[in-house]
Amino acid sequence: MAAPVKTVGDVLLKVENISLSFGAVKAITDVSFEIREHEILAIIGPNGAGKSSMLNCINGFYHPQEGAVTYRGLKRHDVDPHEAASRGIARTFQNIALFKGMTTLDNIMTGRNLKMKRGLFWQALWAGPAIAEEIEHRRKVEDIIDFLEIQSVRKVPVGRLPYGLQKRVELGRALAAEPTLLLLDEPMAGMNLEEKQDMCRFILDVNDEFGTTICLIEHDMGVVMDISDRVVVLDYGRKIADGAPDVVRKDQAVIDAYLGVQH
Amino acid sequence: MSTSAAVRGAFDPNADTFPKLLIRNANRFGDRPAYREKEFGIWQTFGWAESLANVRAIACGLAALGAKRGDKIALIGDNRPRLYWTIAAIQAIGGVPVPVYQDSVAEEVQYVLDHAEVGIAYAEDQEQVDKLLGNMARCPKLKTVIYEDGRGMRHYDQPFLFSLERLEDIGRKFDAEHPQFFEQEVAKGRGSDISIIPYTSGTTGRPKGVMLSFDNLIETSRRSVAFDKLSETEDVLAYLPPAWIGQHYFSFGQAMVAGFCVNCPESGATVQTDLREIGPTFYFAPPRVWEGLLTQLMVRMEDAGWLKRKAFVYFIDHARRVGLGILEGKSVGLLDRLLYALGELLIYGPLKNVLGLSRVRIAYTAGEALGPDIFNFYRAIGVNLKQLYGQTESSVYLTIQSDNDVRGDTVGPPAPGMEVRIDDAGEVLYRGPSVFVGYYKNDEATRSTKTADGWVHTGDAGVFTTDGHLKIIDRVKDVGRLSGGGLFAPKYIENKLKFFPYILEAVAHGAGHDHVTAFVNIDLGAVGNWAERQGIAYTSYQDLASKPEVYGLIRSNIEQVNRDLAQDPDLAASQIKRFLILHKELDPDDGEITRTRKVRRNIVAERYAALIDALYSDRKDVDIEAKVTFEDGRMGKIKARLRIEDAATVAPAMKKAG
Repeated sequence: MAAPVKTVGDVLLKVENISLSFGAVKAITDVSFEIREHEILAIIGPNGAGKSSMLNCINGFYHPQEGAVTYRGLKRHDVDPHEAASRGIARTFQNIALFKGMTTLDNIMTGRNLKMKRGLFWQALWAGPAIAEEIEHRRKVEDIIDFLEIQSVRKVPVGRLPYGLQKRVELGRALAAEPTLLLLDEPMAGMNLEEKQDMCRFILDVNDEFGTTICLIEHDMGVVMDISDRVVVLDYGRKIADGAPDVVRKDQAVIDAYLGVQH
Repeated sequence: MSTSAAVRGAFDPNADTFPKLLIRNANRFGDRPAYREKEFGIWQTFGWAESLANVRAIACGLAALGAKRGDKIALIGDNRPRLYWTIAAIQAIGGVPVPVYQDSVAEEVQYVLDHAEVGIAYAEDQEQVDKLLGNMARCPKLKTVIYEDGRGMRHYDQPFLFSLERLEDIGRKFDAEHPQFFEQEVAKGRGSDISIIPYTSGTTGRPKGVMLSFDNLIETSRRSVAFDKLSETEDVLAYLPPAWIGQHYFSFGQAMVAGFCVNCPESGATVQTDLREIGPTFYFAPPRVWEGLLTQLMVRMEDAGWLKRKAFVYFIDHARRVGLGILEGKSVGLLDRLLYALGELLIYGPLKNVLGLSRVRIAYTAGEALGPDIFNFYRAIGVNLKQLYGQTESSVYLTIQSDNDVRGDTVGPPAPGMEVRIDDAGEVLYRGPSVFVGYYKNDEATRSTKTADGWVHTGDAGVFTTDGHLKIIDRVKDVGRLSGGGLFAPKYIENKLKFFPYILEAVAHGAGHDHVTAFVNIDLGAVGNWAERQGIAYTSYQDLASKPEVYGLIRSNIEQVNRDLAQDPDLAASQIKRFLILHKELDPDDGEITRTRKVRRNIVAERYAALIDALYSDRKDVDIEAKVTFEDGRMGKIKARLRIEDAATVAPAMKKAG
């Protein structure tokens, strides 16, 4: 099999001097990094290092006290989540935020929400142009179902699916928005080895097939080193390393952070 | 329909190959569905004419890539219309398709590719392409790989890789330049040409390529289509491996002859859903599928409300009493018929609908033994389930049950046109038009399987019932003789025992002795449940297995088997006289059974030699000290005193004359 030749493009998103605190607790202190087009960037770090907070700042769920996020040339101090979504940032959550009572198909359909042009009125009536539009969206969703190999659970309520599959459905919903930048919050947490391998393959495939830029948070060092192009390491809210997996792996500060050297 | 009557009976002497039949079907049926495939959640239908156009493009594409008459072309993939089109396309230009099981590992694929001298291979997707690419170095003849699904293949830039779409484009161009080519090539085909070379799965030794001619398959298909009155209106679901001769026969041979529609499920995991959506009229499933469906059903009934459960039990009991009679057109009282009709409305109909069997007119099972309870359950609720027996070498079947003569414990009388006999060693032999041409590049195996006058050895031991049905009892090599000369077929006896829910595993002994004895493994779940209901307290598997009440329960099962065996003159001597219940389950970790749950007779005989000796003595109990391997790999010992009990035997039925 020919090794994929990957061309990493220009800076897609730039995080500049972000600081975030909750009251007296400093979650993130003066962190800057870049995400380039078409790369897989991993943010790693021990528990409470500020990884999820970082992701939340990028898509506007949290508003950092200092610093700015530049996405596709547009600099923002406060990102608005809705704006972030409509400009092509999609994400998944650490603790799965699906609609448990709805089927896999319907859950992924909700990911198309921002793409739907017809208003609530037509959609509620399910008449006229809304039908044609829904068929088109369904087609896209079926592509994703095929891509993620979840045909067999298409009509199963998500709450009845095993954890690993739920994670996959959540990825599907994020993909339904056809994002430019995909933020994955611990996509492999709580999975067994086989599920992790599947998920890795899907992440690589998404990156390869759709050209989606991916920023993921992960605990599992092994997984991260295997699939990412670049790794940013956070510890106690500060960036302690940023570089290729092989370089980061040998970085003394990173080793100390993971082994728990006293600060 | 008038055309369908014509199709069934008509022997079209010109259509002696599948490509010719395909052209006939395209002319006769036009846009009638030939293939359906579920893709993106929707069933996509392809008519006969459209299928022919695709086959034509693929055939011309293969020719443009240099495929010649007689070339072997391998196919590896799941059931897809395009796979079947490619098979027909290969045959159209005089090539020979060699299907490979899609779950084969790379080494197995390599053996077949190498042995069949394959030059072009068709693969369904990236996974299969990878297997082929990995073998390129070791299969120097393999020059071209065609794939159907391009997912994940954007970085594959080898010049010898062609997507099916590209192949079809090349083919259409070739066709435009050589407009007569396709028809001429199809016309060159003869019925005696090799139509396909499936490789037998090879439980013993290397797989063998079975050469089947068009005459073999078309003749068998014609006879069976007439036998079961199949028409172009049937729907079948193609869900077993296409490399297996049975699937090839149902979804290619018969489909081409009768002109019915082959439906391809979305993926292996969606078969049950797809089955319901399609509602096949003609359906084959191996025993484990029938067993699985029933278990699933029973589990779900346990969770139903009490009213539904009561109704279910009541009507299923009724169906078991009169359903078989109604299905077989025997005389059944009016009241019973009315009650059955009500049951159909309330229970049987909805049940069949849930199982996807509402439209099934004819269903078959074969391969392993299916318990009579399960078999009769489906027949009782109105599913016309029948048995057949066959092998790759006979182009599928050699015995088959007809609608009005179905039994759970036989595989039916010889199929139309087939001669079946049993030789002195008890082995089943057959002769007829569907007998294979020979093993590919293996004359020695051909000679040892097929005699000079056309009889083929099956390797299976069987007996004929007094009214001409064949019963398969075991593999010939496992069948022994009692010291009195009676036939001893351990697997047959063990299967009969295992049909009881309380018996998980059984091992019968008897070769060289004057009577048969048996080890029994109880099923902890079923017997434990039974014990609870009887108010019997127990502490462990070993404790439960040694309870006198449990011995009583198992003895009643064994005596039932003895009564059954007594009915059969050939097997009456192998009734079980003495038995014991083992203190532990036979376990693959201890090497006593295989991972696929087949008893390893010599290991069991060796390890439990003391028990077997005791069974053939007068002792009432025996001490055993057995080594066990725990799941973490540690070894331990279990000591136990096992009781040995006698079971009543029955005087055999009269031996048939002659």
